Amino acid sequence: MQEKLLEVSNISISFLQYSAGLRQSNLKVISDLTLDISSGEIVAVLGSSGSGKSLLAHSILGILPSNASLSGKMTYLGKDLNQKRKEKIRGDEIALIPQSVNYLDPLMKVSNQVIGECENEEDKKSKLLKQREIFEKYGLSKEVDDMYPFQLSGGMARRVLVSTALISNPKLVIADEPTPGLDEKSVEETLNHLRQMAQDNVGVLLITHDIDAALSVADKIAIFYAGYVIEIANVEDFSGNGENLIHPYTKALYNALPQTDFKLTTGHQPLHGELPPGCPYFERCDNPTEKCSNNLPILTEISDKKVRCYRANEFKNNNVAIKEESSDELHHTDEIGSFEELNYSEKLDYIEEKDSSKEAGV
Amino acid sequence: MNSEKYKRFAFKKMNLRTKTLLIISLTALLLLAIVINSFFIDTSSITTNFPLRNMGPSLEHLFGTDWMGRDMFTRTMKGLGLSIQVGAFASIISTIIAVVLGLLSSMNKYIDLFVNWLIDLFSSIPHLLLIILISICLGGGAFGVIVGVGLTHWTSLARVLRAEIKQINTSEYVKLSKNLGKSKLWIARKHLLPLILTQIVIGTILIFPHAIMHEASVTFLGFGLSPHEPAIGVILSESMKYLATGSWWLAFFPGLSLLIIVLLFDLIGDNLQKILDPTNAHE
Amino acid sequence: MKLQGENISFKYPSSKEYIIKDLNISLKSNEIKGIVGDSGCGKSTLCKILSGYNKSEGKITIDGIENNAKNKFNPIQLIFQHPELTMNPKWKMKDILFESWDVDSELIEEFGIQKSWLNRWPNELSGGELQRFSVLRALSPKTKFLICDEITTMLDAVTQVQIWDLVTKIAKDRNIGLLVVSHDKALVERICDDVIYFDEINQSNLKEL
Repeated sequence: MQEKLLEVSNISISFLQYSAGLRQSNLKVISDLTLDISSGEIVAVLGSSGSGKSLLAHSILGILPSNASLSGKMTYLGKDLNQKRKEKIRGDEIALIPQSVNYLDPLMKVSNQVIGECENEEDKKSKLLKQREIFEKYGLSKEVDDMYPFQLSGGMARRVLVSTALISNPKLVIADEPTPGLDEKSVEETLNHLRQMAQDNVGVLLITHDIDAALSVADKIAIFYAGYVIEIANVEDFSGNGENLIHPYTKALYNALPQTDFKLTTGHQPLHGELPPGCPYFERCDNPTEKCSNNLPILTEISDKKVRCYRANEFKNNNVAIKEESSDELHHTDEIGSFEELNYSEKLDYIEEKDSSKEAGV
Repeated sequence: MNSEKYKRFAFKKMNLRTKTLLIISLTALLLLAIVINSFFIDTSSITTNFPLRNMGPSLEHLFGTDWMGRDMFTRTMKGLGLSIQVGAFASIISTIIAVVLGLLSSMNKYIDLFVNWLIDLFSSIPHLLLIILISICLGGGAFGVIVGVGLTHWTSLARVLRAEIKQINTSEYVKLSKNLGKSKLWIARKHLLPLILTQIVIGTILIFPHAIMHEASVTFLGFGLSPHEPAIGVILSESMKYLATGSWWLAFFPGLSLLIIVLLFDLIGDNLQKILDPTNAHE
Repeated sequence: MKLQGENISFKYPSSKEYIIKDLNISLKSNEIKGIVGDSGCGKSTLCKILSGYNKSEGKITIDGIENNAKNKFNPIQLIFQHPELTMNPKWKMKDILFESWDVDSELIEEFGIQKSWLNRWPNELSGGELQRFSVLRALSPKTKFLICDEITTMLDAVTQVQIWDLVTKIAKDRNIGLLVVSHDKALVERICDDVIYFDEINQSNLKEL
């Protein structure tokens, strides 16, 4: 049974900063973000590092720094999620899996950290039992209880962090960049933990820059671009030539993967504070309309996906036509690097692949 | 509602940096005024004037007069000016020593060991004793005190700088700089100095109060400035003899003024730290 | 030119176990060679040894002459995974870029670096933009071999392609030998002429068995 856990609608986060001398200016880092998570679902927020996506986690937990301001609406289980409620349910119904082992207290035994604060002896006993149970589930033996963080291996520490999040039976788990710096086995293990949580009907918000990780576990992927969510796609859409992806950036992102085409797209994301008045992707878009330069598209629903693009309707009405058009464009527009610019070894394969895909498209 | 709340919030925050700057500039102005004032003070009010001796505080003589009828307010102002000057010279000397030793310690292991040893050596001897020793060796007077105080107050700053420099030296940008073929001197000048500048400025200002206090205490004990100079230490030690006769104002007001000056310097240092420290730069 | 690492062995002073043992590697000018290995297997250590950041047993030679880069520009340059750590936070981007060499403005443009970025501080740019700067900084005319240690791991796929396109193009133009080190097999296979596996050249695991 799925129920809507968290609904985030139109939230913006900005920072008040000193720009020059005593003057202060407002730096918008997240704009107009809309997202919802149901129980048993894994939603990934995918954005490049330093794009401010971690602030989403901080805002849900109510731990933004004092010079940040938050606008928009968040509801949790249908009721408004304000700062007071955030403080009440964080670490309880909403739990965080932090980025690294550094979040553990180096001078405290693991089991004590996992159970956290206890009201009395009885409470402590029951929590210790629960902790043992969870540790068992994640393959942490009894000796681990009495270890200090420095004695844990990377994988074990990761499992301890996961256990810490699960001790309070959360309904929603936020995993903030859980994979970087881990070897392949640990990454796989971490992702398995997330899958297991989703099976236990917990909602998971995965914040990451690692597209492989997102693709392998998530049900939905929200693509973050210049502080905006530009598309919320289903994971199945990331297949083939990306023809089911709607936003041109999402397509470019998918086609740039080494496993797919490794295709070059020029341009860069606008910096924070230098956002254009219109669509944030306007400058790099291969087929912008006049409307795009000055009007910001809003995130609109298309069947079960959401996308922030004026051309999205074309896609909806005329799915096939768009597909043909865009595969033609690959060879004509200057926005996308021509084949000659690519100096990679598998040139021949590339041509063959492209040709066959073109034929398939027509 | 939200934007309204936000605006109020913004105004409050806007004030913090402005307020801090205001405190710093006002305090600095006050201290500067005292120093400049002490140069141009009319000496007629501090010449011996027996008819006016041992008068309590009044509107005409704010701090009262002493046993020779001299105006205590004027004397105190002159003394404070002198104290600040001595403090300034001494803390500049201290800072120079600290920076040079700090940078030297980054050159190689042996120099670092030596610097560390020197820091330990100087901080293990009681300040006052060392100041008196150096001051007497140099023949006393303002010069002796300045050098004495200057040579003893660099240890804490040098320790901070050495630690800071050590940390910067392990950073990847310094290693990369070496790999680009830059010399140690170049790295010290271009990489280290801008990064430790904040520490240096704050360190200098926080040495000030110590320097002033030590100058006053050495002079009070009779090893510092010569008795004919209107230093706070001299004033305080002289007033000791008259305290028993009930002339409390002779020690009270000069002592209080000295305390206020010291606190003002502390205030500047703390506020500067607030502004320059990157961790709360945007508060 | 040929860069050679002969019998490289490395262990931390506090430990007895060798992380790298008797490793041999060579890299020719104009060659693009890839090394694939899991995170934490010692790839980064090898990169640091080859580019002179870490000392090790064994020899690193260029055309048979031992490479000693003390107080001169090291012809073997390394690009790190985290560009923000390699930049002095109190320097503007232009100072950071020109610390290495006088980059001509054409190349700056080609790298997709906006003029206005040069006057920014490092904390105002994102990882992708910073990495463009650190790549360009390493590409001095004096650079003969370039070692890239997971340089696009923290970046999004689109920026990843852009950076590799630039690096490989310029390496070919300038006859630079390129060593691409990453955990991402698919990526390395895309870029390199020749792919080797770290575990196969590192003897430390074999010895234990």
